[in-house]
Amino acid sequence: MSPRAAWRLESFGFGEVYDYVAGKLDWMAAGLPTEGTNAERPRAGGVAGKDVPTARLDERLGDVRERVHAAGWEAVVVINAERVVFGLLRSKELEKDPDLRIEQAMRPGPSTFRPYVLIKEIAENMTKHKLESSPITTSDGRLVGLLLQKDAVASAGEK
Amino acid sequence: MPTEIDRKQVQRLVESGAQLVEVLPADEYEEDHLPGAISLPLRRLETEAVQLLDRTRPVIVYCWDTA
Repeated sequence: MSPRAAWRLESFGFGEVYDYVAGKLDWMAAGLPTEGTNAERPRAGGVAGKDVPTARLDERLGDVRERVHAAGWEAVVVINAERVVFGLLRSKELEKDPDLRIEQAMRPGPSTFRPYVLIKEIAENMTKHKLESSPITTSDGRLVGLLLQKDAVASAGEK
Repeated sequence: MPTEIDRKQVQRLVESGAQLVEVLPADEYEEDHLPGAISLPLRRLETEAVQLLDRTRPVIVYCWDTA
């Protein structure tokens, strides 16, 4: 739709016309602010815990577990140097053999949500699928934070 | 020929005074739009673009995604 609009504007004599081809989806997936009736409604990116512990694939589970518990969390997101999400360890995975490497213990390819999704939709989804927690990622797979089901449900109930 | 741009270029152009135009239906604009964007759905563009937009400034158009 936007290419047609851009070309039509040029035909009207507008000299400098740009087409943001990736559009609103790309903007919102990056967690950037919007205006409108949904702007004040809570979304995944705003409710997710940004201080969630992270780990690298080659770390030892025992070391990571100590760090996670010391930070008051029961989950850790596995990322690379670019913060791209590879996996997730929830409480069950964290209790595995401490000598395992993270990549052996993690749950690979966890379900993720985009930051712009309204929290009410996510709360229903997480409850339905019994998801204890889910990473929130940008469209290029980078970690924004970890959303806990209890936080999603509580936030959805407030509105 | 219109120039295709990415998110960072949008931010830079808007900072320097470009006009931002959402061409989706008005109800979608009402729910969410980029900060500072105006609503000009494709059909209205035919009749209102010249009145609403400044031909001397850059214009950025966008819809939902590449589809």
